[in-house]
Amino acid sequence: MFFNSLLTNFAALEVGQHLYWQIGNIRLHGQVFLTSWILLGALLVFISLGTKKMGNDPKGLQNLLEFLWDYIRDLARTQIGEKVYRDWMPFIGTLFLFVFVSNWGGALIPWRLIKLPSGELGAPTADINTTIALALLVSLSYFYAGLSNKGWRYFEYYVHPTPIMLPFKILEDFTKPLSLSFRLFGNILADELVVGVLVFLVPLILPIPVMFLGLFTSAIQALIFATLAAYYIGEAVEEHH
Amino acid sequence: MLAFNFFGATEGGLFDINATLPLMAIQVVALTYILNSLFFKPVGNVVEKREKFVSNNIIEAKNKLSEVKKLEADLLTQLQSARTEAQRIVSEAENESDKLYKEALELANNEANASKEKARLEIESQTSAARDQLSKQADDLSELIVNRLILEK
Repeated sequence: MFFNSLLTNFAALEVGQHLYWQIGNIRLHGQVFLTSWILLGALLVFISLGTKKMGNDPKGLQNLLEFLWDYIRDLARTQIGEKVYRDWMPFIGTLFLFVFVSNWGGALIPWRLIKLPSGELGAPTADINTTIALALLVSLSYFYAGLSNKGWRYFEYYVHPTPIMLPFKILEDFTKPLSLSFRLFGNILADELVVGVLVFLVPLILPIPVMFLGLFTSAIQALIFATLAAYYIGEAVEEHH
Repeated sequence: MLAFNFFGATEGGLFDINATLPLMAIQVVALTYILNSLFFKPVGNVVEKREKFVSNNIIEAKNKLSEVKKLEADLLTQLQSARTEAQRIVSEAENESDKLYKEALELANNEANASKEKARLEIESQTSAARDQLSKQADDLSELIVNRLILEK
């Protein structure tokens, strides 16, 4: 089939190949952990540099970190509500920072220059394991938030406003993590593929606008993921009257 | 573990789900705690301390402003009362001086009238005295004339 031969021709892209680490009986995607450790290490270094000398008059990096903090607080507060947003702000902020750093790190750093025995380095969020892990954490979080805030009354949400909603609400518990994980995975992988194919075909100039588009998409996806996570938690803790 | 060939890859594929998933979840949870203690708590403390400081200063400034306004109003009423007091004193003084003037005028008038009356009375008495003397002299003279006439006869 033409399509298949086209795809095998893109072997240079190494789609769906992984650097396997075998630890006892379990197998891991090494490239995901390598890039995530590098990017998270950079993030932590950046944050510890910025928070080292904090004063009442913000200087240098502190300004940026405070802006980031304020941005995350606004996001959490508008979606979750004044009452419990404080408890969930670190989680929402971590999701945002993790997804954002992963997406931008994957798009900005020329990982392709580093040769691996198998697979290639890239955005950790372009691996389905990472996005499903994040989405399942969000699911656990909103269940936990609802149950810890309202106890068994949390399940009133399923029959609100009428019991007819029950099957749809139950279905939602499955579609939420599914849509969260596949949206992020699909967007980032598609961006990497498009850039990869364009670089493979026309290595000059042409990929640059697509790369910018990719940066835009990456930022938007981070925002969407964090906002939706906060919205789901807010929905779970919301009081119905 | 779910694993199937995709895009002709020899192993794994795009939807190769394995232990990467739970380990990544644990990593993200750990990252949440690390970022909470490294980033969210310290930055939050600084920002919220500053927000408190600013709002406290605003409240303090508002209190001071209201105090100033109250003092201003107080002073204004004091000024007003001082003005009316001054006006009262001025009009009182004017009345007093008017009264004094009238009294003095009356006194002077009375005195003048009294001395006029006295002078009139004196003139009258002197006139009557002169008249008496004149009539006495006339009597004397007439007696003299009578006597002389009698003697000649």
